[in-house]
This record gives sequence, C-alpha cells and structure tokens, in this order.
Amino acid sequence: MSDPVTAAVQPSPSPQRREPGREPVIRTSALTRRYDEVTAVDALDLEIYEGEIFGLLGPNGAGKTTTILMLLGLTEPTSGQAAVLGRDPTREPLEIKRLTGYLPDNVGFYDHMTGRENLRYTARLNGIPDAEAEVRIERLLEQVGLTEAADRRVGGYSRGMRQRLGLADVLIKEPRLVILDEPTTGLDPEGAAELLRLITELRDRHGVTVMLSSHQLQQVQQICDRVGIFVGGRLIACGPIDTLARQIFGDAPLLEVECAPVDDGALSAVRGVDGVLEIDREGPRLLVRAERDVRPEVAAALVKAGYRLLRLDLRSHSLEEIYRRYFREGSRHGDDADGGNRRRAR
Amino acid sequence: MATTPTAGTGAGPAERGPGGAPAAGSGPAAVQPGPGDAAAPVEGFAARLGRLVADLVREPYRSGLAPIVRKELADNLLGSRFVILAGLVFVTTLAGLYVAAQTIRNNVGTGVFDQFVFLKLFTTGDPQRQLPSLVSFLAFFTPLVGLALGFDAINGEESRRTLSRLLAQPIHRDAVINGKFVAGLLTIALMLAVLALLISGLGLRMIGVPPSGEEVGRLLVFFLVTLLYVAFWLSLSILFSVRFRQASTSALAGIAVWLFFALFGTLVADLLADVLVPLGDVVTVERQLRHETVTLWLKRLSPPFLYSEAVAALLDPEMRHLGLVLITEYIGAVPGSLPLSQSLLLIWPHVTLLAGATLAIFCISYVLFMRREVRA
Repeated sequence: MSDPVTAAVQPSPSPQRREPGREPVIRTSALTRRYDEVTAVDALDLEIYEGEIFGLLGPNGAGKTTTILMLLGLTEPTSGQAAVLGRDPTREPLEIKRLTGYLPDNVGFYDHMTGRENLRYTARLNGIPDAEAEVRIERLLEQVGLTEAADRRVGGYSRGMRQRLGLADVLIKEPRLVILDEPTTGLDPEGAAELLRLITELRDRHGVTVMLSSHQLQQVQQICDRVGIFVGGRLIACGPIDTLARQIFGDAPLLEVECAPVDDGALSAVRGVDGVLEIDREGPRLLVRAERDVRPEVAAALVKAGYRLLRLDLRSHSLEEIYRRYFREGSRHGDDADGGNRRRAR
Repeated sequence: MATTPTAGTGAGPAERGPGGAPAAGSGPAAVQPGPGDAAAPVEGFAARLGRLVADLVREPYRSGLAPIVRKELADNLLGSRFVILAGLVFVTTLAGLYVAAQTIRNNVGTGVFDQFVFLKLFTTGDPQRQLPSLVSFLAFFTPLVGLALGFDAINGEESRRTLSRLLAQPIHRDAVINGKFVAGLLTIALMLAVLALLISGLGLRMIGVPPSGEEVGRLLVFFLVTLLYVAFWLSLSILFSVRFRQASTSALAGIAVWLFFALFGTLVADLLADVLVPLGDVVTVERQLRHETVTLWLKRLSPPFLYSEAVAALLDPEMRHLGLVLITEYIGAVPGSLPLSQSLLLIWPHVTLLAGATLAIFCISYVLFMRREVRA
C-alpha cells in the first residue's frame, strides 16, 4: 500500500490466459524508441496472448502510438526487440501486415469513393482475389451495419460510420491480430458501445487477439481482459483490472458518502472514524477509503456532527480510479526518481 | 513454417535439391548425387527462368504496385482537376492547329510550305497577329498537367489520413510513390496519345496533305519527348508533395518554378551572362561570341528551354545546328534537310539531360519518402 507503483511494476500474472509453452502473439523486450532528446518508448516489456483483448492506456503522448508503429514495422526501434506473431517487425513487416489489421487513430478514407470501393481497394492491396473479396465485403458490411450506406461516398459518412467502416477495412484480410488506436474517440456513447460490441464479438466468435489503445477508460474497462498503463513512455502497470485494483488499494473498500452540507466539518467528522484511511472530495460526494466496511460508523459520526446523510454506498474500483491513482503515483515517482526523463518525454 | 522463407526468397526446388541430398542419408544416398547433378542444371535453368518470369509478372501484385496504379489512374482520369487541365490543353491545341492551318492555306504557292507541310502544322503561328504555334502552346501548358497530377500525391494521403492505413497493408512502401508516378505517367501518355490522334485527324482534314513516313517518325519522337518533359514536372511536383505537408504549399511551389522557368528563365540567363561576361563599351567579336555561348548554356539549365530546343530540331528538319550559327558556317552550306537519325543525334544531349533531371528528382523524393516517419 505504501508504494503501489513499484509493487505493480512487475507484470502481474494472468493465470487464465498464460498457459505454459504458449507463444504470445506480441512480445517485446526492452523495446525503446528515442527521438533526439525525447524517449517516446522506454524499455517496454510486454506480452499479449492469443484471444485476449488488451488495453493500452495512457495520456496523449505516452508512447502508445509509437509502440503500435514499432509493432507494425512502420517505425524502427532504437533498441530492444519485438516479435509479432513470431516475426520480427523490422525484418518481416510484410508478413506481419498480412496477418495484422491496424486501425489508425482517426482513420481516413478516400472521400470520393464509396465505402464498398474503399474496402475493395484494401482487398486488392492484400492480394485477395476479386470474387472472394466481394463475398467478404458483403459479409463485413452486414456485420458492421453499413449495407445500406455501402454505395454512398465516404465523404458523407458520419464519424461512427467511418469508424465501423474502418473495422470492416481491418477485418477484410481476416487477421489474427487486430490493433486499434483510440477506436472510440469522437463517437457518441451509442456508437462507441456498438463498436465495442463488435470488438468483443471478434474475440468471442473468431478468436482474434485485440490490442487497443485508449484514454477512454470507462469503455476500455468494459471489454479488456488485461490493461497496461503507459506513462511517459514506460509501462508502469500491467494486468487484469481487478488485480490492478487489489494491488493499489489492497482489499480496502471505498465508500461513497453524500451528505449536506459537504464542508470541512463533514470531512473531519469522517476522518475521526476509526479505520478510515483516506478521504477524497468528488463534487458533492466524499470518497472514503477504509480498512474495512465502516459504513455504520461513518453514518453515526456524520449524524452526530449534525449533518444530514443523503447516501452511503460501497463502491467497487473503477479503472478510472486505478488509472488516476497510477498516474498520480507515476508522476510523483517519476519526479522523484528520474524527473528529467519525464520532463523530456513531454 | 519452413516453406515461408524459401518461397519468399524465390529459392525453389532447384536449390532445395542439393541441400536436401546430403541430409537424406550418408550411405546409399552418397551415390545418387551423380546423376542428380547432371540433370539438375538443365532443369534448374528452365525452372529458374520460368520462376523469374512468373515473379516478374507477379511482383507488381505482390508488392502492391498494380492495385495502386489502377486506383491512381482511375482517380486521375476521373478527377475534375485533370479534366479541366486536359481540356485547356485540348482547346489551345485546337486553336494552334487552326491558326497554323489558316497561315499555311494563305501562303500556298509562296514556296515557304513546300516541304514537311504536316510538321509545319505544329510549328507555324501567325506572325502578323502574333499568335503562337501549337508547339508553344503545348510547351506552355503541358507542365501544368504534370504539376496537377502530382502536387498532392503524398501529402494528400497524409492530410486525408489514409497513408498510415495504406502502409499498414502488406505492400512495399515504395509501391506507393512508384505507383503514383507510374499512374501519372500513364495518364499523361494517354492524354498525349489522344492529342496526337486528334491533331493527325484534324490536320489531315484541314490541309489535305498526308504526313510522310519521315514526318510520322518525327511526330512520334516529338510526343515521346513531350512525355518526358511532362514527366519532369510530374516528378518535381511529387517531390514537393513529399517535402511540403500542405497540398496548397506544394502546388504553389510547383507553379512558382514553372512560372519562373517559363517567363523569367531566359531573362535571368541574359542578366547572368551580362554579369559573367560583360560586354563593355568596345565589343570584340570574341567577347560577343563568348557572351552568346554563356547565355546559351545558362538558358539550357532551364527545362522549358531544353524542351523547346529539342522540339525545334525535331519538327524542323532544316535546322542543322542548335544555338549560334556563324555566317562563316553558313557560307557554302548546301541547303537541305537532315534525316531523322541526324536530328535525333542533335537533340540527344537534351533528351538525356531531361531524363536525368527527371530521374534525379524522383530519386530524391523516393529517398525522402522512404525515410519519412509516418504517424497516424
């Protein structure tokens, strides 16, 4: 509890996925990319296994996209190794690209062509015979719900339609691995949910391994089997969400308290309760971390101090909290240990 | 797993044969390589040749070049930008053709247009009304077509955010820039071919004199040289499209270069020559001669000038000398015309220079593009 970051730096095991002798789909060791002064990716060790959805989380500029580009052989690493589907991205990029679908952040299409024509072009670039391509295009358009719009120009597509077309575009080569860079950015909640449903379907029905980068934690939380948290080019935590939560917060529960008024008096009243570890203010609520479930004591203390208790809940840890926590600890850690490095990374 | 690398390198069964024999066994297998070796080279050669041909045919599809050329060609031909500029070229060509035909018809019997009348369709303007010839129209406007086809080749893909998606496909990176260049060349060649046929048909109708075999040959070379000339502008605009992130910047840069050479090229050459070899108050013949030579060579640094010189020699068989002709060389010369081969010899340096410049510029854009880091 005293230093959750160092505790979590060791990649946490994920027993249900890691079977002995199974080759990971993506494996990097000490993968590093430097741009002049800036270290975009710093000694990254990462393993992603077949059939899992892995979320790469981190603020903008944390090195997520650079990592993806290195995995695809679009950028050469400064040092370290990577293996994607057992191949070296710098030496066999074509083999990797044949088996890997990549949806770039804010993907673009040829606006003057229709959705179908755009997919056809990708199919040709992948050397898929025309007859076979037509079948796949029809099926994928159906799958992503674009059959109606297939013969309209992409210029008139909405953001969500483009993103779904992007997913079809990625799937046309029938990949074993799919890499999605910020797939839900700019989508309305409904569109995002639809896209996430499609991504989950990929894993469940086709056994495709998915790696996605995002800073939209709420959504990632829903579908990721494991996440890696990226700050300043370094992976500061990696594992299933509940494991990460336990690592940071231990088994300490989090209470959500709503009372009126929320002032310093309320804070000190709660602080006085035995077993309370930490209090955060979040708008009209107090977030109370405690050693054990101290709901009765908190309620009693507030009422005794003359406050009106409106709500009192036990909350499970969301990824957002984990992330915020890691990010805070990460920056503090970074400033202490190698502040220069972090500042350069900005 | 083991088949993937061998198929990739193109090393087929011929190479696997000798490699496999020692591994097959130690005892009895040691006898077998004898007859096997005798048959292997014959079979190996034929098989290798077949594979080479097959690879050459398959390579554009494997590397992604063929689909890119196909798409770019369709984009070029259907794009409004090309239609507008090609339309401009066609209209000016028709105007030039009309002017030439009028002039020729008005001067029938004066002896000026006795020989190579068909070629004169291209080179004749109207001196009285100061209308330029068809060739000068072409020389002026075709660079614009080259510029229009290439100025957003790479940066356009970047600003539409399609480049990273394109490069995430299993294609060679250079297929993108090669494909765009090849598609541009094909587009220009198609336009020039249509233009040539149009001019031939209309010209025949206007003056009623069919071209001789010699004239057809000269026109063919003329269109090839024009293709090369437009290719120069195409490669220049592709270079700008790699260098500049904004399509508008690269378009402006291309037009600036074009305007500079088209309008100020000769002017600057004259000025520079005046500085390098000042004529002063008392002008000697030697000095005048040197001045003119320097001017000529400076002018030849400009692609439009190179092109116009080459075209002049091609379409005017009577032109035997490019540049300065001294009266001493003229005296005693038998009037007559050069055969095509001799005219070709005359313009060979021009052609190689244009081709060299085009290739050099393309190579620079190629290297810049290959070394560029593509982000999202």
